[in-house]
Amino acid sequence: MSQQAGAYYVPHGSRWPIIAAVGLFIFMWGAAHWLDGIEPEGPLLLAAGAAILIFMFFGWFGEVARESMKGLYSDQVDLSFRMGMMWFIFSEVMFFGAFFGALFYSRGLQVPWLAGEGHGALTNLYLFRGYTGGWPTNGPDAIGGVFQTVPPWGEPLINTLILLSSSVTVTIAHHALRDGNRRRMLPWLVATPILGMLFVFLQAREYMDAYTHLNLTLHSGIYGATFFMLTGFHGLHVTLGSIMLWVIAYRAWRGHFSKEHHFAFEAVAWYWHFVDIVWLGLFLFVYII
Amino acid sequence: MSTHAATHDDVHHDDVPKGFVHRWLFATNHKDIGTMYLVLALVMFFIGGAMAMVIRAELFEPGLQLVQPYFFNELTTLHGLIMIFGAIMPAFVGLANWQIPLMIGAPDMALPRMNNLSFWILPFAFLLLLSTLFLPGGAAAGGWVMYPPLVLQSGESLAFTIFAIHLMGISSIMGSINIIATILNLRAPGVDLLKMPLFVWTWLITAFLLIAVMPVLAGAVTMLLTDKYFGTNFFNAAGGGDVLLYEHIFWFFGHPEVYVMILPAFGVISEVIPTFARKPIFGYKPMVYATASIAFLSFIVWAHHMFTVGLPVGAQLFFMYATMLISVPTGVKVFNWVATMWKGSMTFETPMLFAVAFVILFTVGGFSGLMLGLVPADYQYHNSYFVVAHFHYVLVTGAAFGIMTGVYYWLPKWTGHMYSERWGKIHFWLSVISVNVLFFPMHFLGLAGMPRRIPDYNVAFADWNMVSSIGGFVFGATQLIFVGNIIYSVYFAKSRAPARVWEGARGLEWEVPSPAPHHTYSTPPEIRPGMLAHGDVAH
Ligand code: HEM
Ligand SMILES: [Cu+2]
Repeated sequence: MSQQAGAYYVPHGSRWPIIAAVGLFIFMWGAAHWLDGIEPEGPLLLAAGAAILIFMFFGWFGEVARESMKGLYSDQVDLSFRMGMMWFIFSEVMFFGAFFGALFYSRGLQVPWLAGEGHGALTNLYLFRGYTGGWPTNGPDAIGGVFQTVPPWGEPLINTLILLSSSVTVTIAHHALRDGNRRRMLPWLVATPILGMLFVFLQAREYMDAYTHLNLTLHSGIYGATFFMLTGFHGLHVTLGSIMLWVIAYRAWRGHFSKEHHFAFEAVAWYWHFVDIVWLGLFLFVYII
Repeated sequence: MSTHAATHDDVHHDDVPKGFVHRWLFATNHKDIGTMYLVLALVMFFIGGAMAMVIRAELFEPGLQLVQPYFFNELTTLHGLIMIFGAIMPAFVGLANWQIPLMIGAPDMALPRMNNLSFWILPFAFLLLLSTLFLPGGAAAGGWVMYPPLVLQSGESLAFTIFAIHLMGISSIMGSINIIATILNLRAPGVDLLKMPLFVWTWLITAFLLIAVMPVLAGAVTMLLTDKYFGTNFFNAAGGGDVLLYEHIFWFFGHPEVYVMILPAFGVISEVIPTFARKPIFGYKPMVYATASIAFLSFIVWAHHMFTVGLPVGAQLFFMYATMLISVPTGVKVFNWVATMWKGSMTFETPMLFAVAFVILFTVGGFSGLMLGLVPADYQYHNSYFVVAHFHYVLVTGAAFGIMTGVYYWLPKWTGHMYSERWGKIHFWLSVISVNVLFFPMHFLGLAGMPRRIPDYNVAFADWNMVSSIGGFVFGATQLIFVGNIIYSVYFAKSRAPARVWEGARGLEWEVPSPAPHHTYSTPPEIRPGMLAHGDVAH
């Protein structure tokens, strides 16, 4: 249906959102069953939910990609997408903020109080006598037993370099795309998720090492909790980001992006930079200091 | 890009999708989605309300009559969660969906499909939450704040509750992203930021608050989850953790959250009072800046919920002063509402009645908040019924009255028919009297020392509890009139509402016919002088 220029664009109805809502519900419902040890319902529902969600992602994003390539989206729609992505990343920042906050609070205030500093003196005297705090710690009861931390200058350093270079590669690819140079773009673009997966692989090895050799586990008191939750959620984000990058690489290879129109590419690139910056925070506050 | 690119790709204007599935399940229309949000909120209001009725029935007399203590705790917990996340917040999102595009000259929300997803997640989230009532061990019963270690003793319900909260959070974040993108990107030319209706402004700031704090709540409950199911020690002092860590993170979310529930109500009131006082709002810009400063300050007052937990004195002082500071911009708002009414030619149709009641009764809640914000006083009041009185004044006579104001105000625009003014007034007077009978005595109970969250109490508290319960039953029953009036306006009313429903109303939403057509503004409207309520267009 043709209309005069300057009209607003409004997409037609879609069945994907409701499929997403149902998938998400089944996924969460299954996860809750599973945690409560209700089997086989738990894992089955979880798997069904995940399958619906994957199906939904293909369907929904596929539809949007097709519409975008048909040239249906105006610059205004493009800007809405951009704002959406930016605010989504902001929400992710706040999510990590909660865990960083937990780290700073326990390390800076809680553990010293338990060790008798400030108004914690009597608590320490009566409940935790002899506990001297310090960091890393697994608390007055040494929950999880003696453990060691992951030395920062080995694998974590390598991982830092990997992620930093992946941020560079994605930027080079972006510049190549803007120059309209597809041949230069593709290798750099493909290199990025490869580096991302390498990161995840090394991180997994680090976890195995922590569990088998360092006795650093999720149960290792507050240190283990903050260490694994922060790095774990970050690793999850790198994994998701890598998957997104593969999708983008595939779409770039299929020629979906033009010099001017490549919102999906930029959104994923922003996400990747965000994941990178979170890692720098982790490397500094979790590993080094 | 070709010219016809910037269009609607297949739906013809004014035709409504055929069939239930296409219209509602696949909905992308902001008006339909707004309606669904509002209906869901109303249903939840009654589910949460039914729980409150049982609570008040149990508290009618001292002693245990109706329910077991554990079930009582489940009820208070679910009542809180459902009213906050199921009634108040979705109702405001519903108002936002309906009104923001109409008020800024946008064709729809910026991301209509995501809008659908944000809505449809919610019914499932509440299914998940309510299903916990039937689990072995019952629903979560540690209060809506879910403090560890108590909440970690829940049975199977904890995981379900937490995932329900995750779903609500995802929904809120997506809804907020949509609102921000709509406001920043889809305003018609001429609707500058500082000419936007105040309802739009308050929602812009609310949406920012939501995106900032919902993920923090997600983080907090995720830590609960891992503490219970994966053996972490975030909230276990023996492992170097701290239960207070949870309270800090929770209230970092929690206090901005209470402003999430009141700022949009501020917005509604700032629309309604000028209309019925037939005067532009007094101090438009100060209203905007006051809202922004309230939002900013709301991030640095959270520990006023934790004065009695043993914080260092310096911290208590800081949070006390910051809390006092918030009353300054709040006072600005109340002052400006009153100044808007000053020498106005006022009429008192139902929305205005609710708005005036809002200004007075919200202020009562604000004053009790101020009292609670004083450290030494709060040592006495904390965990007493005084707190319950405070937050019900700001939430029921504040947020919920704000919603009712908005619904009465815009209902004729949505349905094309007037509601019954007579029954509206009956609804108002019964509500405003019974709500005070219900909540005012709670101040006395609290000051006399009655703790909150108990199913049984000392006979010394019997009188006022009985009074309060009677008020509660009347208030609950009165809300049926509200539903009746809405149904009447939608299905039975004969008289057609004009485009400008209220004589003194200004703003773009009154330029489109009533009922607003299914698709409005397929092209940006041309803003002519006099069309905007605040600030005229330069020509
Ligand atoms: C005018 C400014 C306000 C001040 C100074 C204030 C202060 C306080 C304080 C100090 C408490 C903690 C009391 C205690 O537990 O001992 C409190 C509790 C509460 N306030 Fe406010 N408040 C204000 C406005 C609001 C608004 C606008 C809302 C919601 C719309 C609200 C909702 C609540 C709720 C729900 C609680 C109880 C939370 C709980 O423990 O379950 N307050 N308020
Ligand atoms: Cu507060």
